[in-house]
Amino acid sequence: MIQNLLDGVLTGSYLSLGAIGLTLVMHILRFANFSHAELLSLGAYAALVCDALVTALVPVFATKLGPLSLTWALALAIVVSMAVTGVSAVILDRLVFRRVREKGQELSMVFASFGMALVIRNLIGLVFGLSPQLYSKDIAFAVVLSRDPLILVKPDQVFVLVAALVLMLALHLVLTRTTFGFSLRAVAENPTLAAVNGVNLRRTVMAVWLIGGGLAAVAGVFYGLSHQLIPVMGRDLVLPIFAATIVGGIGSVYGAVLGGFIVGIAANMALIVLPAGYTPSVPFLLILVVLILRPHGLFGEARA
Amino acid sequence: MIGVISYLVFFATTASILAIAVLGLNLQWGNTGLFNGGVVAFFGAGAYGTLILGGTPQAGHLGGFELVYPLALIGGMVAAGVLAWIVGLLTLRLRHDYLAIATFGVAVAFENLMRNAEGLAGGAKGVRGFERPLRDALGDGFTYNLLFFVVVLALLALVYLFLERLVASPFGRLLRAIREDEEAARSLGKSPARVRLTAFVAGSVILGLAGGLYGTFYAFVSPQDVLPTLTFQIWAMLIVGGAGNNRGAILGAFLIWGAWTASGWALSRFAPVEAQLYTGSVQFVLIGSVIVGMLLWRPQGLFPERLVVSQSGTSPRTQGR
Repeated sequence: MIQNLLDGVLTGSYLSLGAIGLTLVMHILRFANFSHAELLSLGAYAALVCDALVTALVPVFATKLGPLSLTWALALAIVVSMAVTGVSAVILDRLVFRRVREKGQELSMVFASFGMALVIRNLIGLVFGLSPQLYSKDIAFAVVLSRDPLILVKPDQVFVLVAALVLMLALHLVLTRTTFGFSLRAVAENPTLAAVNGVNLRRTVMAVWLIGGGLAAVAGVFYGLSHQLIPVMGRDLVLPIFAATIVGGIGSVYGAVLGGFIVGIAANMALIVLPAGYTPSVPFLLILVVLILRPHGLFGEARA
Repeated sequence: MIGVISYLVFFATTASILAIAVLGLNLQWGNTGLFNGGVVAFFGAGAYGTLILGGTPQAGHLGGFELVYPLALIGGMVAAGVLAWIVGLLTLRLRHDYLAIATFGVAVAFENLMRNAEGLAGGAKGVRGFERPLRDALGDGFTYNLLFFVVVLALLALVYLFLERLVASPFGRLLRAIREDEEAARSLGKSPARVRLTAFVAGSVILGLAGGLYGTFYAFVSPQDVLPTLTFQIWAMLIVGGAGNNRGAILGAFLIWGAWTASGWALSRFAPVEAQLYTGSVQFVLIGSVIVGMLLWRPQGLFPERLVVSQSGTSPRTQGR
């Protein structure tokens, strides 16, 4: 029970990171982006490549950070991957989403993202092969926190949780303390009014993709650390991340954080009452519950 | 020669069944602007519903109601409709993202439930014990398949005519009015939420019919038949054919299904053996690119929606009647 709760919190930390970017994009560009989960895969695989490169070029970096299975090389790779994924998200917007948007077909955006998800997912499969990959082949031993009830925690998991919380705090500070944060929220509130007041819409949209892509990359690497890398990981992540944004209320960053943890905990707690095979359905059940009880989510507001 | 003809009949039957599904989706997306991200759930509800209601008793799972075939098929359509009604009721009052996400979720959950709930529908092994109707009289051979194809074709024509009439009717005008400007429709005293729900359920019932026929054709259905892939394929058919145009929807179905079958055949024939594992990936990249490419360069599809001036006397449809 406590073990499930703990695992849920850890699952929640990477779901939250993914959901923040998704909720921002959905709020500002007003479409359900089905390709967001593919940014997680992209980030995870970009980090895999970069990790291998750094390890090959500077072997010293292959040493591990304390008790973690994370090496210096992978830590560096995460930073590079954030940049790569953020820029890829911007390019994706330029190539596809902006063009569809400018043709004035808001509804087609959803469908374009559907198609892009399919393309990205299968290109990753073609490039990296369909078999699972790992960042480290060493077995990460869990630390026994308590024997009765048995509670196990891996050092990596603690790192993932702490790093996720630090990133969320940083984003919170940016959104509430900087001019950029204000303009971002202004665009989300009312794009036309924000533009009249001198906010550069294009640049703001670009920033949203950069932030969303960067956080997605971290989320993808963290998913890879706790599970394994497979090209279809986006397929398994898309619904939990969407569920997190709906639970939190579309457009609310804090809602996405809370929603991510709620979905993560619910999916792991469900293991107590449901066979493991049903786990993929849990996010959908959560969506149903939220739509019945509180259609606009915990922090969302009604908007046409 | 008979081999080629029998294959063509097989191909055309599958394509026609998919065309019925595309028509159902066209009512939702093309005419009403509702994004259904879980086409396969409603298709699957029809297939599972029909086979469970019409099948012989099975030890392992639910079934064995042995209903007369038409009743079983209608039962499958009702199952799809009820599923759509529940999802629609919860999401159609909200902004459009919610429907997209909820329908996508329903498809994931449906496949997941069918794969795991052995007592309900046989789990991963699928639904067994369904006898194709009139099999005793006609056997399993070419005659049966040809006759089945004729029935499917007749149903396709029926659905097409029904939708054409519907789109030309005041209700069809209302659908387009809501799609184009919800506020304006509301100001005229219409209830967009209720009309949307009607269109969504009606489209899903048609998807259910396609699913039921698909299940009947193979006399078997398993979770493998309700993967998200099918949702993508049916969507690609509609986008390529032309959203809002029923004739385009049917042609899109034949075109994409033809391209899909041909590319699969070509890859299995000409690609090196070690690359065979990646056939699916290549096909998905292709279909994804077709979808995105169409949206970028020809969003109206190959056969665009014909604009109808809905004023009595001037519309070409009402002239001469």
